[in-house]
Amino acid sequence: MSQQVKAGKLTDIDPLGSRRLNVNGLEIALFRLSDGEILAVENRCPHKGGVLSEGMVCGPVVHCPLHDWRIDLRSGEALDPDKGCIETFPTEVQADGTIYLTVPASLLGASGTDTHIA
Amino acid sequence: MANKRKKLVLVGNGMAGVRTIEHLLKLAPDLYDITIFGAEPHPNYNRIMLSSVLAGGASMEEIVINDLDWYRENGITLHLGQAVSKIDSDNRRVYAEGGIEADYDELIVATGSDAFILPIPGADKEGVIGFRDIKDCVAMQEASRKHKKAAVIGGGLLGLEAARGLLNLGMDVTVIHINEYLMERQLDRPASLMLQKELEAQGMKFLLKKQTEAVLGKQRAKGLLFKDGSMLEADLVVMAVGIRPNVALAQRSGLAVERGIVVDDYMRTNVPGIYSVGECAQHRGIAYGLVAPLYEQGAVLAKSLAGVPVDGYAGSVTSTKLKVSGVDVFSGGIFVEPEGARALRYQDEIEGVYKKLVIMENKLIGAVLFGETGEGASLFSLIKSGENIAGREKELLLGLPADALASGGGGGSGTARLEAMPVDEIVCGCNGVSKGDIVSAIEGGCTSLGQIKGCTKASASCGGCKPLVEGLLQIHAGDDVVTVKEGICGCTSLSRDEIVADIKRMGLKTVKEVMNVLEWNNDEGCSKCRPSLNYYLGMLFPAEYKDEKESRFANERYHANIQKDGTYSVIPRIYGGVTSPTELKRIAEVAEKFDVPLVKFTGGQRLDLLGVKKEDLPGVWEALDMPSGHGYGKALRTVKTCVGSTFCRFGTQDAMGMGVRLEKAFERMNAPAKVKLAVSGCPRNCAEATVKDFGVVAVDGGWELHVGGNAGIHVRATDLLGFVKTDDEVEEWASAFLQYYRENATWNERTAPWVERVGLDHVKQVLSDEAERKALHMRLRDTLDRTVDPWKQIVNEPELRKNFERLPAAEAVSVSAADRNDRKEEESA
Ligand code: SRM
Ligand SMILES: Cc1cc2nc3c(=O)[nH]c(=O)nc-3n(C[C@H](O)[C@H](O)[C@H](O)COP(=O)(O)OP(=O)(O)OC[C@H]3O[C@@H](n4cnc5c(N)ncnc54)[C@H](O)[C@@H]3O)c2cc1C
Ligand code: SF4
Ligand code: FES
Repeated sequence: MSQQVKAGKLTDIDPLGSRRLNVNGLEIALFRLSDGEILAVENRCPHKGGVLSEGMVCGPVVHCPLHDWRIDLRSGEALDPDKGCIETFPTEVQADGTIYLTVPASLLGASGTDTHIA
Repeated sequence: MANKRKKLVLVGNGMAGVRTIEHLLKLAPDLYDITIFGAEPHPNYNRIMLSSVLAGGASMEEIVINDLDWYRENGITLHLGQAVSKIDSDNRRVYAEGGIEADYDELIVATGSDAFILPIPGADKEGVIGFRDIKDCVAMQEASRKHKKAAVIGGGLLGLEAARGLLNLGMDVTVIHINEYLMERQLDRPASLMLQKELEAQGMKFLLKKQTEAVLGKQRAKGLLFKDGSMLEADLVVMAVGIRPNVALAQRSGLAVERGIVVDDYMRTNVPGIYSVGECAQHRGIAYGLVAPLYEQGAVLAKSLAGVPVDGYAGSVTSTKLKVSGVDVFSGGIFVEPEGARALRYQDEIEGVYKKLVIMENKLIGAVLFGETGEGASLFSLIKSGENIAGREKELLLGLPADALASGGGGGSGTARLEAMPVDEIVCGCNGVSKGDIVSAIEGGCTSLGQIKGCTKASASCGGCKPLVEGLLQIHAGDDVVTVKEGICGCTSLSRDEIVADIKRMGLKTVKEVMNVLEWNNDEGCSKCRPSLNYYLGMLFPAEYKDEKESRFANERYHANIQKDGTYSVIPRIYGGVTSPTELKRIAEVAEKFDVPLVKFTGGQRLDLLGVKKEDLPGVWEALDMPSGHGYGKALRTVKTCVGSTFCRFGTQDAMGMGVRLEKAFERMNAPAKVKLAVSGCPRNCAEATVKDFGVVAVDGGWELHVGGNAGIHVRATDLLGFVKTDDEVEEWASAFLQYYRENATWNERTAPWVERVGLDHVKQVLSDEAERKALHMRLRDTLDRTVDPWKQIVNEPELRKNFERLPAAEAVSVSAADRNDRKEEESA
């Protein structure tokens, strides 16, 4: 079971930039890669909880702003030599630029689960 | 008039006694009539320098401390060559051997010590001497003219200095030592062995663990006989086995004597009116054999004789240096670790350097330095002060910032130290990487610094441990070490200079273009190269280049300092640290309005609003209506000032005015690294200008310009760039210096290491060319005139401001997995 969320438009995010959004208590970071691909991950570095949306985007990887861990935005895995993993969320961009992302209900706070379950 | 003065008599015209008199004369020149008796026929001389006299480095005249004029000028009655033989303490009178007598009210006994002559058969023969005074020195010099073979009994400080002197006098010298290693009272075994090796190389011979039983010969010494039956030929025998406090007179006169004359904390003996200082005195059980403690004793005694309030003498920690052997040896405090203490060692057999620190409860209690003794004095002051040194151990041991050790990247130095390092010792403090982690990485196949950095993170942050990592690489990878040409980051093998030259030559215009054309092995670069390329491009083409904020670190992208919880801190610019009640009120109101969790004065003379939510930043800036202080950027930070001539009674110039002027001139200036300025109104330097990147110190009639200071990770005091007279010149020189730095330093390199790298002389040479200086100044002006305040810009441009907000509350649509798939198919259709 999962919930689909409409999350702004492609143009809301600068190339190689990021925006944050909060889905029922869950902090998500949306990234726009150089080729326009949009990726969404949990906005929390597996190291010490750094806010990944503030990091520098290099290819499909974001450098955490706090201690420079590199997180692969597609897999959510920290790159070597660091170990750790964060949630990733499937995203889709509509023809009109609207971004949708899918969040598993299990990750949402109680308030989220009762309202929008598929 | 004169007979109103009290009578002070000093017995012993040596270093401690006369020093006491000198001190007393400064404190109370008219209090006493002073009489001095000296057994030697010389005025007070520097006994320490006898070693140098013997070794040929100084003449007898040069070592005199107080010449006969001094005694005369100070009205001192001096009896040279007059040994005092009796003290009549009941009648307060002393008698000398030559028949001279003197009355006293106060008496100081400072008879020093005698060389200890071993009580063995033959010790009274001609050619057997101690090493204590000018007479001994002369005897050795004479012997060296007639004889060839010298034996020095005693491998301590004194014996080795005597031996070195005799070598210089052309004698064949053997040092006989009872212990198994030399200078055991000052050195531990490793240092001692290094010393021995070095002295052997100089031609000194050693017989260790040898006990002398007799001096052979008829009238004159001919040789030595040892307990093990062996013999040594020698026609000069110097006994340097120790000193004996010279207490015969005191004993005879009824003073309490143990090893030395017993004194209390005020240097008083048991007999009223009689004091004792120097090597003959025993304080709290210790009779010292070095001048520093004796001088401390002298100071205490001088003060109490002068009637100045004084804390008693509490004993001393001592340190020694071997002066004349051509080897640098320092030893201080407790150098053999007692129970509960730990010892840190550094040994470099190639360079002949050994260092040992003894630490107990985070305090330095002792140190031994061999080969490099430059830090002896500062370590000794730490030993004496007993301050907490936790966290500074490595720096103290290595004696210099760790990265300064990396000469040329060979990393060879400190091999022994690295080998001795426990596996769990942390090498990279930033990332908590231990020696063990690095060694396993090497064993796992890492053969270059880059690879180790990649797989362990060691040296990936501040880089301070790089030499250690390189050293480990050398030890554990040996011949396999790949010294890859290191590029500015893992994405390229090109250096900063190559990149900048290529950008100029090919006219590359964007970060992406540079990475493509110069064949980066990572298409989109990394968090190291991208910001640096962005900087170089902006520096080279201030007019055309459009700054790429996506290639900037969060702080510089959002123009505030990111905190660990993702909030930001805001530091508005307060020019020169000068504010006003209105401004302060506004800051206070903003802090209240936005519920700012903490307001703090920074170390840079301004206010920091900490914990501001990202979405509030533009609102905070708008309400503050002050420019950004750039407290987050590789940019001009603060210009600290002192109050200067505006209010201060010492101020020579308007420091605040100059600070404000410079801050206005250079605000918004990007640079390879952060840049800090300060202006002080006089050489008291309250604005700490001499640890800034560019520091200005006002002096009467002008300004001193200082460059290359840093108060951060490695403190570095500035170098003096020059002196100028006018305010305009200050700005011009500052501007030229900063621009030259901007154009030539490597990204992330502050002025301190940069100045060290290129050399102050080079910088001076460039800047003193007036045409060049003005050109640099104009280029910086041109660059800065194109900049705008980033806060204002963000506040006013919705495209920029949007990035601070969360995306609008996401509207949720409930869909099933199936629905979603349908839609996807539609799309792709
Ligand atoms: C706010 C302040 C501390 C304070 O509360 O007083 C501060 C805070 C930080 N300093 Fe600092 N430094 C502050 C004055 C200093 C000073 C003193 C000064 O400027 O007079 C120094 C030593 C002087 C010098 O730079 O030579 C100083 C030497 C450092 C260093 C070491 C730099 C070096 O070259 O060795 C770093 C690390 C770095 O830059 O890589 C650093 C880094 C930092 C950072 C930016 C760490 C970071 O990257 O997050 C801290 C940000 C805290 C935050 O989130 O706001 N801070 N820092 C001071 C701001 C002054 C201002 O008004 O702008
Ligand atoms: C070769 C050499 C090298 C040294 N190197 C160092 C060094 O590197 N660092 C260091 O800290 N220390 C060093 N020392 C030790 C230092 O010189 C002594 O600690 C210091 O001189 C002691 O001062 P004092 O006044 O107690 O004794 P002294 O300087 O010996 O003075 C005592 C004086 O009293 C005289 N005297 C004795 N009895 C009588 C009497 N009855 N009547 C009149 N006069 C009398 C003696 O002749 C002598 O002149 C060295 C010593 C020597 C010999
Ligand atoms: S010294 Fe500077 S960098 Fe370190 S904690 Fe304090 S403010 Fe932060
Ligand atoms: S919190 Fe992200 S690297 Fe430390």
